[in-house]
Amino acid sequence: MIETELSRSVQRWCNGATGATSAAKLSGGASQETWRFDITHPDGVIGAILRRSPKGYGAAPTRAAGLAAEAQLMQLAYEAGVPSPRVMHVLVPEDDLGTGFIMQRIEGETIARKILRDDEYAAARPHLARQIGGILAGLHRLPKDRLPELRSRSATQEISEFERDYRSLNWPKPVFELALRWLRDNDPGPSAEETLVHGDFRNGNLIIGRDGVRAVLDWELAHLGDPMEDLGWVCVNSWRFGEIDKPVGGFGTREELFAGYEAAGRKVDQVRVKFWEVMGTLRWGIMCGGMMQRFREGPDHSMERAMIGRRASETEIDLLRLLAPRGS
Amino acid sequence: MQDEPTPIELTKSVADFLRNDITPLISGHQAFKLRVAINILDLVTRQLTREEGSDAEEVARLRALLGIDGSVTELNHALAERIAKGEVDLATPGLAEHLWATTMDKLAVDQPNYASYKRELGRGG
Repeated sequence: MIETELSRSVQRWCNGATGATSAAKLSGGASQETWRFDITHPDGVIGAILRRSPKGYGAAPTRAAGLAAEAQLMQLAYEAGVPSPRVMHVLVPEDDLGTGFIMQRIEGETIARKILRDDEYAAARPHLARQIGGILAGLHRLPKDRLPELRSRSATQEISEFERDYRSLNWPKPVFELALRWLRDNDPGPSAEETLVHGDFRNGNLIIGRDGVRAVLDWELAHLGDPMEDLGWVCVNSWRFGEIDKPVGGFGTREELFAGYEAAGRKVDQVRVKFWEVMGTLRWGIMCGGMMQRFREGPDHSMERAMIGRRASETEIDLLRLLAPRGS
Repeated sequence: MQDEPTPIELTKSVADFLRNDITPLISGHQAFKLRVAINILDLVTRQLTREEGSDAEEVARLRALLGIDGSVTELNHALAERIAKGEVDLATPGLAEHLWATTMDKLAVDQPNYASYKRELGRGG
């Protein structure tokens, strides 16, 4: 039972803690797991989250920053006032829990459709697009000299990488070919400024409460690159969950996003944002293809994974809407 | 020639049984998985219903566009290759219309409730 190891661990580093209870797995990929649990403490229960690679899993997928880097980034973000969970402990071998970290649990909603629909978030919704702009500005301003070791990716490298991924699927998709050509023809070249890029900043990876964004999650795709990448990705149609006239996560307009970003003292390059929105749409489509391949090859032979493979066509219609719009 | 009921009728009967008789009995994560299973059967039913017609139209368009003959898979490979080489692009007469028609036919099977699809369907194009 994981609670035994967790109890031993928290007593070592959390002053006054008497143990850990109510451990439940929230999600588990092949190499990474997320658990929720409670730390028992005389002053009251402390809600916590464990992110870890179980013992025997050393290597993260090539695009992932790695759990140690993730913990460091969250902590940096937290200290800089970017809404982020506080990292309480980075796992050490004595914990006997694998590699990863334990962070504070933040109450709120991550399920995109609920955030867009439920009355509880009605007051927060109109402000989210602008708020997200401000948060991204803060994130892109994190000092580079304090960041962990991260891969650096230019637009040109990303195009080549996605093209390679797509070709490896041997999956002829004329719309994807068209998008790849468009991306090459419209490659904006290296960004004048290389910053931290979150890499997966979107509706679904944010904890939202009545008061707005409470935390930015899922830093595993963080890298160095063009900050406009995050602004493009947050606008990809797949993360609007049906609210297609509100490009920013189904919450609001690009203008609100850009205003929030610029009010925080950073510049928006709209041409680059559009480039990254096209790139992001293709990226999600190729990821759907990857799901199809993994479903076929196992070990995750699940129906859910099979059906994500069938979501590739949603990115094809969105790419056509971006690149070959029909008259309204 | 195979006998009847057809695969469409058979698949639909299983989906309806799961939807109407089993769904009320199941809760939690298994209920979520059951919904996914029903969605799969519904998708298969839509594909079996539409595929023959939409593939035939796609092949006809591709033949006209490429000036060659082949199966729907071969022709898609050929078109993908020509776009990759830059021999065919959005300025090529008929390409945009072909990609739109093909993509709309796919969404009709994969995700008829996808908002972009519903919006484009409303254009009647």
